[in-house]
Amino acid sequence: MKEIEVELLKLIEKNANLKVEKIAKLMGKSIDEVSELLRDLEEKKAILGYSTLIDWAKVLDTEEVTAMVDVKVTPARGVGFDKVAERIYRFPEVKAVYLMSGAYDLSVSVKGKTMTEIGKFISEKLSALDSVLSTTTHFVLKRYKHDGIILHDDDDDDKRIVVSP
Amino acid sequence: MKTTSYISRQVENLKPSGIRRFFDLAAQMDDVISLGVGEPDFVTPWNFIEQSFHALEQGYTSYTENAGMIELREEISNYLSGSFQLDYDPNEQLVVTVGASQAIDLALRTVVEPGDEVIVVEPSFVAYVPIVSLAGGTPVTIQTKAEDDFKLKPEQVKEAITPKTKAIMLCNPNNPTGTFLNKEELQQLAKVIEKNDLLVLSDEIYAELTYDDNYTSFPSIEKMKERTILISGFSKAFAMTGWRLGYAAGPADIIAAMVKIHQYTMMCAPTMAQHAALEAMKNGRQSVQEMTESYKQRRNFIVSSLNEIGLSCPNPGGAFYAFPSIKETGLSSAEFAEQLLQEEQVAVVPGEVFGSGGEGYVRCSYATSIKQLDEAMERMKRFVEKRL
Repeated sequence: MKEIEVELLKLIEKNANLKVEKIAKLMGKSIDEVSELLRDLEEKKAILGYSTLIDWAKVLDTEEVTAMVDVKVTPARGVGFDKVAERIYRFPEVKAVYLMSGAYDLSVSVKGKTMTEIGKFISEKLSALDSVLSTTTHFVLKRYKHDGIILHDDDDDDKRIVVSP
Repeated sequence: MKTTSYISRQVENLKPSGIRRFFDLAAQMDDVISLGVGEPDFVTPWNFIEQSFHALEQGYTSYTENAGMIELREEISNYLSGSFQLDYDPNEQLVVTVGASQAIDLALRTVVEPGDEVIVVEPSFVAYVPIVSLAGGTPVTIQTKAEDDFKLKPEQVKEAITPKTKAIMLCNPNNPTGTFLNKEELQQLAKVIEKNDLLVLSDEIYAELTYDDNYTSFPSIEKMKERTILISGFSKAFAMTGWRLGYAAGPADIIAAMVKIHQYTMMCAPTMAQHAALEAMKNGRQSVQEMTESYKQRRNFIVSSLNEIGLSCPNPGGAFYAFPSIKETGLSSAEFAEQLLQEEQVAVVPGEVFGSGGEGYVRCSYATSIKQLDEAMERMKRFVEKRL
């Protein structure tokens, strides 16, 4: 990957809302060049989407509930963990799935409106899968930092003096 | 009792910095977007801070050696050799100081005798001239010119030299112009300097912050190391202004003489800051690179915005300052800065505070978030449109 592509990706990774005009100015390139780079990167699927990090707790009365579930599974011959991972990640309740080293196999992040809703999904869908041997569920109590962004960080005052040599 | 008469004449005659007056004005106002700040907007990288916590917890609260912790001097020596191909003995050729400012003070006090002339290249950092005076020397200023992109020309140095000239103060990249001198340009200056047997104080505090060309440290030029005191520090590239930590590197006899003043007047640089700097030297590359990339993008942004607005601004090669011309508006740089502050609450620094050659220009620091820069450019556009 070219240096200029990396620079562009780093910029929009931090702020997907940056307009093409501004990206062009920051990089010292033309708008056409930047648009074309973006199109290429989308086609190559280097850019998979443009999402927004939202603190739902600020908007909704009830906070969404997230659980991290450690799942032990039986791998299948020939396809290893991929097949069972797919069975799991197809569920819309599932927000992330990782294959892990260590005490369990899959780390599954599940989102729901309430703990009951998540409990129901785990007992009726996830644990009920033939290849799932066991699950251990951890509910998230508070998010401090997510995807490199510190939440509840209201302290963004400039602490510098206004004019200095 | 009236105590004014007790103040030494030399200090009494010292002009207060023009920046000070402007600071007082800006500090009274609300909602100011400041492009007047000569320091990074980034907070010191967390690993440096955390290392300092750790050192404090371990009880490192006492003095260090006068010249600074030997581990730190060794790391600085490695860094200077790795980044700038310079070879300095950490035992004899390096001193850790309270900011680069103290290193400048020590260097000038060490070499200047009454009657000695020191060449200062303006527009420049506001402290050079007063420090030369306080050291008992006579500052002789050269004004670089806009038509030369504010680059110092060897002929200008030649013209300024008299039998009394002892040293020249260089700053590359330069505050406030952002001007960057490349290897060839420095070599041309070196010829004049050698021929006239001058000592060089090379302030390279912005050396890491260059964006287009490779950086050449002045003492790395042939025959210059033996006549150069290199001055640098952690404030700018490492985002550590408040820690007050700098250093000087140079010939062993000069450094030893500087340490003599340092031991009586300062004892040593703050210990907790030295520990943070040690971490910066060992594990700070990545942070410096990320910040530099960010400054480069902001530079591109502010320079193209200023030119769009109608304030002609060449592309500065280093530091984090843009130095646009405001002559088109018909205002002096002080009027421009004052009216811009009153009408649009944007603070920039009038060029004239950096020397008479800065008249007609203002310094805009782009060490500020894109969001703030964007808003500042909108406001400046509104302000300039009314005057063009």
